[in-house]
Parts: sequence; structure tokens; C-alpha cells
Amino acid sequence: MAVIKLSESKVQFIKGVCKSFNNEGGEVINVLHKVQGEFGYLSAEVQELVAKELNIPVAKVYGIVSFYSFFTMTPKGLHPISVCLGTACYVRGAEKVLDELKRQLGIQVGGTTPDGKFSLNCLRCVAACGLAPVLMVGDKVYGSMTPDKVKEVLAEYND
Amino acid sequence: MASYKYHILVCGGTGCHSSQSNVIAERLNEIIADKHLENDVKVVASGCFGFCEKGPIVKIMPDNTFYVGVKPEDADIIIAEHIIKGRKVEKLLYVDPDTKKHISDSKHMGFYQKQMRIALRNCGFIDPENIEESIARGAYEGLGKVLSDMTPAECINVVKQSGLRGRGGAGFPTGLKWELCAKNSADQKYVVCNADEGDPGAFMDRSIMEGDPHSIVEAMAICGYSIGATKGLVYIRAEYPLAIKRLQIAISQAREYGLLGKDILGSGFDFDIELRYGAGAFVCGEETALIHSMEGKRGEPTFKPPFPAVSGYLAKPTNVNNVETFANVPIIITKGAEWFASIGSEKSKGTKVFALAGQINNVGLIEVPMGTTLRDIIFEIGGGIKNGREFKAVQTGGPSGGCLTKKHLDTPIDYDSLVAAGSMMGSGGMVVMDETSCMVAIAKFYLEFTCEESCGKCSPCRIGNKRMYEILDKITKGKGKMEDLEELRNLASVIKDTALCGLGQTSPNPVLSTLDNFWDEYVEHVVDHKCRAGVCKSLMRYEIDPIKCIGCGACSRVCPQDAISGEKKMAHSIDTAKCIKCGACYEKCKFGAISIK
Repeated sequence: MAVIKLSESKVQFIKGVCKSFNNEGGEVINVLHKVQGEFGYLSAEVQELVAKELNIPVAKVYGIVSFYSFFTMTPKGLHPISVCLGTACYVRGAEKVLDELKRQLGIQVGGTTPDGKFSLNCLRCVAACGLAPVLMVGDKVYGSMTPDKVKEVLAEYND
Repeated sequence: MASYKYHILVCGGTGCHSSQSNVIAERLNEIIADKHLENDVKVVASGCFGFCEKGPIVKIMPDNTFYVGVKPEDADIIIAEHIIKGRKVEKLLYVDPDTKKHISDSKHMGFYQKQMRIALRNCGFIDPENIEESIARGAYEGLGKVLSDMTPAECINVVKQSGLRGRGGAGFPTGLKWELCAKNSADQKYVVCNADEGDPGAFMDRSIMEGDPHSIVEAMAICGYSIGATKGLVYIRAEYPLAIKRLQIAISQAREYGLLGKDILGSGFDFDIELRYGAGAFVCGEETALIHSMEGKRGEPTFKPPFPAVSGYLAKPTNVNNVETFANVPIIITKGAEWFASIGSEKSKGTKVFALAGQINNVGLIEVPMGTTLRDIIFEIGGGIKNGREFKAVQTGGPSGGCLTKKHLDTPIDYDSLVAAGSMMGSGGMVVMDETSCMVAIAKFYLEFTCEESCGKCSPCRIGNKRMYEILDKITKGKGKMEDLEELRNLASVIKDTALCGLGQTSPNPVLSTLDNFWDEYVEHVVDHKCRAGVCKSLMRYEIDPIKCIGCGACSRVCPQDAISGEKKMAHSIDTAKCIKCGACYEKCKFGAISIK
């Protein structure tokens, strides 16, 4: 199955995480949280190794990764952009901001720019409804967004 | 503890934090160090004050001065004027929109006047990372009282008598839930706090955990004592890092003080709490799905019975309550069931926290006695609709609730009245809409959410909602037929009756309530191919009025598609084939020459 081999340091990291949870199958969600926190995403190889270490079928690990939206199987861009599509942001025009981002970046939701710089996602509510509509680039929140401001925001990340 | 002359409380809630409140606190600390005021002034990152619209908020104690819209550079003037010279900084005070007067005490602001804070009693008053401040405000008094003076049955009785009902949305009586779990004997029972707040546009639980985490720790221990459980688990969204951090600190401080762990307060009662992380699945708010997720499985619900009170986490009796429900418990124990039952309406006691958002002047976190009318919340506390527009609808209950309209404004907020009006209490999201919201698009928005979040286990929810979504999508594109509206109702009633869990059973509510309350708008979309709010792109086009257009060219410069052409100082026109209907020109035109047809 796996074509790409994980580096030895990654293998050791994953084994260490599994061990810290006593290699218990019931801890798979906690293990995946830790592993994704380190690598940014959960590749097929990573899932296989986690399954082996916890002694559960790969299908079960994949079933969990694909069920929960927090887990991702694709690497994010250097600057991941998330547009809030919570109701408060939606009624204040978040969709127009999203459309403008798609247009300027030339990617769809879930995509990453070819240079790996930006990726675009939606999320539901960052609890900053007073600033609606909001978007996040990495951990930074940009409030009261309009399609006009998209260019400015992206420009901050041009080196 | 050192005694400070001033405490400067800087709101550390998510909204204010996003507007750099952490930088304000850093800057304040720098200046304080500079001026050697460390022994007189303490800066505290507090929980949410609620008035997010005016954030970042800085409050100065003991004189209770409430500064709004504070920027990092204002730190200098706050120290120089307020702290050193004792003069309030007028430009940072809230201005009453009616009287135009400056108000320095939040008690006198319209936003706070009709509120009553029980669940949020400590949010914004304490340093949530310091257990001593919580104890000074009465934390763990309830636990002490329960462990020294009350039997578990007495304790359950107080919660029953208080009339407290589940704040997660459905409103099941909390005391009764505890009693059912207490009745089942087992070698191990569990207390679970449901902190998987997934309703988009709602952040009540998050604010409580960030602002007053000890209230949750204390309540879970009280519940453990009452039902005979020694283990507590908090199932919290991984997307809430600050709430996780504050809960972890609160739990370890409580252990240090002997308020968690073995033999709490010498009573012989053992109780400890662990955190479990959610991973972004709305359905995990449903208790059986939540329990499966905690066990490391996909968060799919299962049929009840058996109820978690009989067979829950690891097949042991488990009691699941929501964060806000727990936050009410300690104060019910200390102040008594009668006190709590005296607040609210006949069948809904106490208060409810709402995240008020949308097209409203005062966005924020509010807490009101049950029975307060929607009108009071929207027009008194919320300060009315933004930009002087007309109120159109208010949505409560998130994807499980419905859209209420003008005729419902005098509905008192309680579990039963909201259900009777075709919506539901839900966990506390309240989104206000004006005429710029299309109700068909809103129904579609919620269904899109449900389709994404449906776990896929039962077919009514998995397939039925998808079919409803497709019909709504057709309608918003001008391809709907009148019989589609009938079909929507049919599907909705089947899904309501046959879906496995609460998610599916309530998912048609946004559609049904908009069909009931905004029938004309649906008909307009279907028959006239018109979207009066100008939201549904397929049903509109932008046009330039050649008489009003002065040919300034602002619209053509802002058009991303180069769809607008025209000679300078001559009327411009839009090439509808190229136009993507983004609305940029419409917003740019200062002469009102561009209209939506």
C-alpha cells in the first residue's frame, strides 16, 4: 500500500505517542490529535503506523480520520486561510468574502495554491461574532471583512 | 495576597482577543513596570464581559469604569490619566446612542440593564486562572455544603426543586436526570460535561469555561457526589484551545487545594476530572454520539433506550450535562432551590445565556431571565437593527431551530413557548436578520450544514436532508416549481418522524419555519423568479441607470471581471455575460446609479 516511507524520526515520534497512551485502541482520537499537531496532517502511511501500534484495523483509523472534520489527510498551505461561515458571519456577508478569496487565489475551498503558500478552508464560528464576518490566516483573526479588504490581507503575506 | 489599589481587567474573551486585547495587556504591564506601579496596579486577563460589539473592553476596579473599543496605544493614556491622575478617559467611555451621554458604569448601559447574570456570574469579574479569586467570590462553597451537610438524595432534591432544565437545548429536567443515574448501581459511574459546542454562531459554553472554569469543576464534583460517581470527563472541542488551557489550570489548582482527588475536604468522597477532546463533529453534541466519541469511535448516535443513565461511557451509568447547566448548579446549592425557582417563567426557571449576533447593533453574550420577550432582547439589550434597517427575522436554536418573525416578537423566551412558535431554545445561538437576508437562502444555509454534519447512519437524515437541500438549491436558482414546496413539507415530516437522533429529528425546522413564516418569499422565488433580498445570484442582475451615472469610472475600476465599460463622464453599462454578480460595483457607486433587478 504505502509507497512513501516515513522517516525514522517520524516513525519514532508516532511510536512514542502511541506508547504514551499505553497503545490502547480506545485512545486513537487522542493519538491522532497529537500526531496531526506535529505533522499538520495525517497521511495514509501515518494512519497505517498508528493502526499497527494500537493494534486496530487501518479501516478503523481511516474511519475516524474521515469522520471528524478536525482531521485532514492533505497538507495545508504555509498560511492556511479559514473563512468563518457561522450564521452570524453568513448574514453579514461572509460568502462574498469567500468568493473573492477563491477568485484571487484561484483555488476552491479545500484547495492549496500551487506554490503551497495559501490553502483555503471554511470553519464554523470562531466566537468573534462581534467582528463578523471574520477570517483567519493561521492564528490571526481578521474582523469586519469585506471583499475589498481581501487584497490587503493577502498582501501581508507576500514577502 | 498583595493588596492592589487598582485592578485593570482586560477582556480575554475570543472576540476581544482577536482585536489584540492581549497586546493591550502587555502594553499596560510595560508601562506599569516603567512607572514602578507594580505594587499598586494589577492587570488581569479576565473572561468575557459580553459586550463584544464594543470590544476590546477594559474595566478598572474598584471604581467600575468600563472602557470600550480600547486599542493597544490607549494603554498610555489609561495609566497616565486614570491610574496616576485619577481622571476618567472620556474618549474611551461608552456613549449612549439615545442621550449621547458618556456612561462609565456598565450598570447604566441599555445592554446590561435587562440582564441578570447567574451562569455568567463570575465572567469578567475574576482572573480565571487564579483559584483564590474564584473562592473569594464563593466558588466551592456549594461543594463544601453538599459534602458536610447534605445526603446525595437531598442534593438531587434541591436540583429537582429548583426546576433547572438542560441548557443544551432540549430542556430535560436536570434533577430528574441525576436521579435516574443515581438509581442505577454499578462499580463505576461517570459524570460527563458536554462542552462540544457546535452550533455555528454560539459561544456561550466557551465563554463560561474561559471566564469561570471553577464553576464547572465544582458542579461536576457536586453531581458526582449526588449520583455516586468518582470520575468526571469533560468532552471539549479541540478548536477551543483557551478554554482547554483554563480548564486544565482549574483542575490542577482544585487538586492542589484538595477540592478534587481523594477524600475531598475530609469527607471520604473521591472525585477527579479528565479532559477528552472532540474533533469537529456537530453530531457529537448528541449524548450517545458524544459517548462513542469519548470511547475512541466514530461519533455516531445509537438508539435510546438504553439511556446513558443506564449504560453510557464504557457501558457504565453516565450522566451527561451541558456546560451552562453545570454552571447553574453551585449557586443553586448555596442560594437554595426556592431562590432559583423564583426567577423565570412557570415551566422554565432561572436564566438563559444567548450569543446575540447578526444584523444587530449590540452583538454580544447576554444572560436574561426566562420569560424575557424577544422584543426586549433585540431592541433593548441588542439596541435594535444595524444601519437603521428593518427587522425581518430572528433565528434561535441554530440548525435545529427556526426563524421567527415580527409577529413573534412578544413571545416570552422559554422552552415551551419557543417550541410552540415553531422554533426551539437550542443551546443559545440567536441570530438577528434584516431585509438583506433571503429566507430561502437561510434555510438552504442550515440544510447545507446539516448535510455536512449528518453522520450518515440513518437514511432519513442522510438522504432526506440531501433531497431537501437539492430542492432548495433549485428554488434559489429560479428552477423551482410549486409542487417542490409541497414536497419539502412531505420530506420534512418524514425526516422529523423517522430520524434516529436529535440532529435529524430537528433538521427540517429551519425549512418548516421559513415555509410557515415567509411563504410569500418562497412563492416569489418559484413563480416570479425574484429574490427580494438580492441574495440569490441566479435571480438577479445589476443595472446602471444611465441618468444617475456620471461616468466617474469607480465601478469599472473595482469590477474584477472587466464587465463594466463606458467613456469617461458618460453613462457606463454592464456586460451581463461577463458579470459574476459579486456586487462590488453596487457597493462602490456613490450616486445610487447601480440597482439590483
